[in-house]
Amino acid sequence: MRLLFAALSAFLVAIAPALAAGSPTLDRVKKNGYLRCGVNEGLPGFASPDSKGNWTGMDVDFCRAVAAAIFNDPKKVRFTPTSAKVRFTVLQSGEVDLLSRNTTWTMSRDTQLGLEFVGVIYYDGQGFMVPKKLKVTSAKQLNGANVCTNTGTTTELNLADYFRSNGLKYKVIAFEKNAEVLAAYDAGRCDAYTTDASGLYAERLKLKNANDHIILPEIISKEPLGPLVNQGDQQWGDLIRWTLFAQLNAEELGVTSKNVDQMLKSANPEVRRLLGVEGAFGESIGLTKDWVVRIVKGAGNYGEIFERNVGQGSPLKIKRGQNALWNKGGLHYAPPVR
Amino acid sequence: MSQRRPPRVVMPGPVEWLRENLFSTPFNSVLTLVALFLIYWIVVPFVQWAFVDAAWAGTTRDACLERENGACWPFIIQRVDQFIYGFYDVAERWRVDIVLGALAAGLLWLTLPRMPAKRGIGTLMLTLFPVVAFVLLVGGFGLERIPTERWGGLIITLVVAVTGIAASLPLGILLALGRRSELPVVKGLSIAFIEFWRGVPLITVLFMAVNMLPLFMGVSVNKLLAALIAVALFSSAYMAEVVRGGLQAIPKGQYEAAAAMGLGYWQSMIFIILPQALRLSLPNIVGNFIGLLKDTSLVSIIGFFDLLGIAQVGTSDANWATPNTALTGYVFVGAVYWAMCFSMSRYAKHLEGVLASGEKR
Repeated sequence: MRLLFAALSAFLVAIAPALAAGSPTLDRVKKNGYLRCGVNEGLPGFASPDSKGNWTGMDVDFCRAVAAAIFNDPKKVRFTPTSAKVRFTVLQSGEVDLLSRNTTWTMSRDTQLGLEFVGVIYYDGQGFMVPKKLKVTSAKQLNGANVCTNTGTTTELNLADYFRSNGLKYKVIAFEKNAEVLAAYDAGRCDAYTTDASGLYAERLKLKNANDHIILPEIISKEPLGPLVNQGDQQWGDLIRWTLFAQLNAEELGVTSKNVDQMLKSANPEVRRLLGVEGAFGESIGLTKDWVVRIVKGAGNYGEIFERNVGQGSPLKIKRGQNALWNKGGLHYAPPVR
Repeated sequence: MSQRRPPRVVMPGPVEWLRENLFSTPFNSVLTLVALFLIYWIVVPFVQWAFVDAAWAGTTRDACLERENGACWPFIIQRVDQFIYGFYDVAERWRVDIVLGALAAGLLWLTLPRMPAKRGIGTLMLTLFPVVAFVLLVGGFGLERIPTERWGGLIITLVVAVTGIAASLPLGILLALGRRSELPVVKGLSIAFIEFWRGVPLITVLFMAVNMLPLFMGVSVNKLLAALIAVALFSSAYMAEVVRGGLQAIPKGQYEAAAAMGLGYWQSMIFIILPQALRLSLPNIVGNFIGLLKDTSLVSIIGFFDLLGIAQVGTSDANWATPNTALTGYVFVGAVYWAMCFSMSRYAKHLEGVLASGEKR
């Protein structure tokens, strides 16, 4: 009997790596020859086609990073634009392998849909935009303000909570469509415009004089946006999660798309492990040793992706803020590769 | 004996013309003034915005920001390729050009009066053209395959509309005949089909076909194919009712006369009844076609960027975000839709005149 157990456990130990090495999703992606990625139908800075017809944006570049990790070619992605209504359905039905579509990580979405959030790619949250001429520098100075926003969204509830808890008076002016809110704000019907901060930066560009308006530093709600995969394929989830972590770690260690080849010669053991010079970390998620080199070369580190799409390299000019690394005062903190 | 005199021909002067046509009664005078005011109120600012104050040259949003009270035409000019081809591979766009060119040439040949060999061209357009267009657009036979996800803009709009139009007329005629048939099974099935498709909204049909079928049944069909089938079935149900209206307007004597001449069912339908019925229902048929062309923008619900969708998604490019980008996009797309619908409508009017020549004396 004991012998049988010993034999059985020896067998299990023997096949464990084989079991772990199998990811049906990764196999399917490799067989197709491309990654199928669900993205937004058009959101400035996150997913939008440029005038040449190439998709650009943070969510889009994350798909490219995954494709680069798998195929060593960031172009091997097919983007499926999905509306907010169908985004979970297309992932559940297997129409896409990965949903990278500015989706807020909430408990109900994580636990009730059979889907898995793999991490946070962008910490968004509700903010305020005000005209510079009001000389307001903090949301706490907005006592008695008329605030414009969209009807029937959680932004209205967050607004009520924030003003009540700070003992401030306000009047809300709500509209159905973004364009209507912006027109009312531009016409001076309200003193402040509130919605998710990334949206404020995008809407600001549509104002007649974008530079006459500022976004206040206060963020009054938590909207952590992250990519999702289907539950049940642990290794595929690991692969996506560690692609994100690899981009964050690359930024932390100063590995960029430009210097990655020199960094291969770095003496820093953390860099050597990250880039696969030492150890075989990529192989544990079904990839090759040089997986991070591929990611950084193909799509860039996290900071590069941020600045290119929403930061100083883009018209949006969003500051890093909460999206800085943990050692620069932000929230992004990736576990180490070791 | 009264002497016959030629009628006096008086060309009315401009003042007389105005008095007769625009200011004949006080009420008409008021109407004229109101109309003039409306034209002044709407047309003048529009022209000012769309042409006078508009930005025309430039390759970035800065050009449009400088002219903040006018349309942002560089946004359209920079993206005109995207409006036509969507994300179709640049190196393969000649294939689309051939298809669009052949379609335009074929339609012109058939619609212009007094062109030779119309029957031959028509047969080609109905048989060879769809096959060639399919191979060119999709790929295969040595051509690179272009997945339909990369199609967009005018191609999507035209593919959906032309397929819908070409399929709905014959299907609709058959369904209309079926609904008036005396065979209970044929009649019952036709009624069930028509009433089912007329009872559900197109947007629901598209959503079900593309997102729900794969989830429930585990089968995944090409999204564009599913949309084409859905649009064809949907519009054929409407077409059937239009044709049935025409069939009911034919006096019973025509049916009896056809029977008296010894014509069978199909012969009498094809040679006697349908030509008259279709002529009667022509305005409604074209109305349906125009509606169908505009309904194609609903494919945006299933992730395709048709002409309207490509304009909308373009406005999400932060590099082109300006106060006037979205409005310019909508105005441009509206103008393209209007041009397509108006030319259909004018051709139908011309056709009505030609077909009604038998009724003139």
